[in-house]
Amino acid sequence: MDYNLLWFVLVGVLFAGYAMLDGFDLGVGALILRVKDDDERRVLYNAIGPVWDGNEVWLVTGGGALFAAFPPVYATVFSGFYLAFMLLLFALIFRAVAIEFRSKEPWLWWRRWWDRGFFAGSTTAALLIGVAMGNIVWGIPLDARGEFAGTFFSLLHPYALLMGVTTVVLFMMHGAIYLHMKTEGPLQARVREWINPLIIAFIVCYSLTTLATLLYVPRMTQILREQPALFAVVVLLVLAIANLPREIHRGRDGAAFLSSCATMLLLMALFGLGMFPHMVYSVPDPAHSLTAYNASSTEKTLKIMTLIAAIGAPIVLAYTTTVYYIFRGKVKIGKDSY
Amino acid sequence: MNVEMLSRLQFAFTAAFHYLYPPLSIGLGIVLVMMEGMWLRTRHPLFHNMARFWTRIFGLIFGLGVATGIVLEFEFGTNWATYSRFVGDIFGSALAAEGIFAFFLESGFLAILLFGWDKVGPKLHFFATCMVALGAHFSAVWIIVANSWQQTPAGSHLEIGGQAVPLGHAFVSADLGRARMVIDDFWGVVFNPSSMDRLSHTLVAAWSAGAFLVISVAAFYLLRRRHVAFAASSLKFGLVLALAASLLSLVTGHRSAGGVARNQPSKLAAMEGIWQTEAAAPLHPFGWVDTAHGRTAGPKIPAGLSLLVAGRRDHVVTGLDDIAPDLRPPVQATFQCFHLMVAIGFALIALSLWGGWLWWRGKLADTECFLTRWFLRFAVPSVLLPQLGNQAGWFTAEIGRQPWIVWGYLRTSDGLSAVVKAHQVLTSLIGFGLIYLLLLVLFLFLLNRKIQHGPETLEESHELPDNWLKQQRA
Repeated sequence: MDYNLLWFVLVGVLFAGYAMLDGFDLGVGALILRVKDDDERRVLYNAIGPVWDGNEVWLVTGGGALFAAFPPVYATVFSGFYLAFMLLLFALIFRAVAIEFRSKEPWLWWRRWWDRGFFAGSTTAALLIGVAMGNIVWGIPLDARGEFAGTFFSLLHPYALLMGVTTVVLFMMHGAIYLHMKTEGPLQARVREWINPLIIAFIVCYSLTTLATLLYVPRMTQILREQPALFAVVVLLVLAIANLPREIHRGRDGAAFLSSCATMLLLMALFGLGMFPHMVYSVPDPAHSLTAYNASSTEKTLKIMTLIAAIGAPIVLAYTTTVYYIFRGKVKIGKDSY
Repeated sequence: MNVEMLSRLQFAFTAAFHYLYPPLSIGLGIVLVMMEGMWLRTRHPLFHNMARFWTRIFGLIFGLGVATGIVLEFEFGTNWATYSRFVGDIFGSALAAEGIFAFFLESGFLAILLFGWDKVGPKLHFFATCMVALGAHFSAVWIIVANSWQQTPAGSHLEIGGQAVPLGHAFVSADLGRARMVIDDFWGVVFNPSSMDRLSHTLVAAWSAGAFLVISVAAFYLLRRRHVAFAASSLKFGLVLALAASLLSLVTGHRSAGGVARNQPSKLAAMEGIWQTEAAAPLHPFGWVDTAHGRTAGPKIPAGLSLLVAGRRDHVVTGLDDIAPDLRPPVQATFQCFHLMVAIGFALIALSLWGGWLWWRGKLADTECFLTRWFLRFAVPSVLLPQLGNQAGWFTAEIGRQPWIVWGYLRTSDGLSAVVKAHQVLTSLIGFGLIYLLLLVLFLFLLNRKIQHGPETLEESHELPDNWLKQQRA
């Protein structure tokens, strides 16, 4: 395994980690207006309260790793998707301060407004992340220097929008499954009612996306034709999705949540397999594409970063696990809560 | 306005706004460690209540820091794509290290610090507080290493079209798309000539920001005779840190200036408004730069600058007249920001010593005493001084670095994103302007409400979690 491949995988792992973790935060945000009672909304906020901020760090670190390992990719995508990423920033800012500010005052109007901000910020962020992914799968126009040659509106084509909606639904499903694990009593019963419709909605969206990918972006499945053994990933993905209603039905919340995480990880794996070695695929002229080999940092930098990751990752995983362990179980509202 | 000016403005605005918060979390982090440490030693409930109150303030500040910090990481790519391609091999590693070593540490343990009182024992909670403070310091380490490398590049070389080029090679715009900096030696990058001086100076200045927030709030309570025991004790914690920070700022600032003199002569000339290259260069305590005539008006301390940067009178300081006009930074702005920072630094030392003297005389909380009352009146608005000083210091560092974005290699004007248009940056700049204005108003409003509400009084609640109480009785 060469270092370029390793970092292609690691950047993917960081973004998959972001999707699995902040995915449920954004999903909870998209669901917040579905409960009306203030005490119940507080339970939802506190379900993600101690962890959302650490979850967002996965995005920051993923962005940093992309910058370090593949500077031209980072530069092209971030400058090419300028307005979309600015909107994403505004959405993430609103999400963050809504959580932070809401609980500081007891006034109803104050809380209602921050709830709307939390909903809008979370939903917009999920949508934009999906649209960006959709564009990367579809391919974007690059010129000979590897610079983006399209416009903001050329990013909003039907395939990208479909991927955006799919991502929102996926995060909502993931968020609902997470909430089922963190809530109890009548609120949990209500959350329970959301889960099956969300699973169905996700299956519908994902089937449509897959169909569109097979029809219009056949290169994404090239690798599966060449290496049939990799079809195992698809099988595992379908099993992980099918397992969701089963675990929920049996009342095994933790297993359902892990299954939902596995779904996201496998989706990301399929995405990576389909893309490799491309990181930004150029249409109509594929010769201008940025790959893990023509757009990487020097091998020396990749080696240094591998060392940093080898030292840092076990420590990060150790205390992330510790924090999740300390805050395990159902949400209890106390005086330090949001 | 063109896209270059707008991009500069947007980065300066978003970075300056973000930088209102990290120094407070770094400084307040230390204060929290001191308070919780004291509680563990003495088990006096007052210290616990203090830690509780300041933790609530810390949480608010930290939230704003997180929300505004992510913007900066995105902006390197969105607005400065050419720069990002040019420095990615070096700058990116520092940013990734910051995520792995600092941000995860901070955010993970912050959860325990803010929400874990009932979930963990006092020792583990204290440990979490220490880790949050450590994480805040680490995050400063990596970003300042990266920024210092831009000021004084080391451990790396320039490569054009895959070929290494010798230092001093004339860099033409046609090379832009094909040129990048390449790493030779990681530790050479980390310990570049300016990184340790600038890191220590930034950290102690951040301690000042946290210390004077505590001092200011405590002084406010004392003058109003509210929460007197709480305020008198908080004031002492603030003063200890303020004394250390303000005096160390002088030492580290002196070292930083010496580094600037060695490595960035045009920046030094602009900071001090020196036009003629001369031995025994003078020092201006304050002044006004007449850029048109190449003069600096104001009182002069003969040979002061030569003595300060080199320790001897005959040290020759390069003047702006010997620096090509297109390689000079904006002189007036650099000069005024630098002098503002220095003046604030001395004011903070004076205020800290005044407080320290009152403490020594046992009159720190004696509001009947005339000197104490005046000290407290000065102390209430003093929270603004380190903030202003920190901003002025960074404006000196960054304006003084112009026209370079990477000193000697890449000009700021060449670092822009090729595909981003002025109207797009104008749109996002207006967006940031409106959102940040809202955030600032709400932050000040909520901070003020928390301060007005004050700590829980010892009579009504000692705030100790039940499981800690049980442990204490056992």
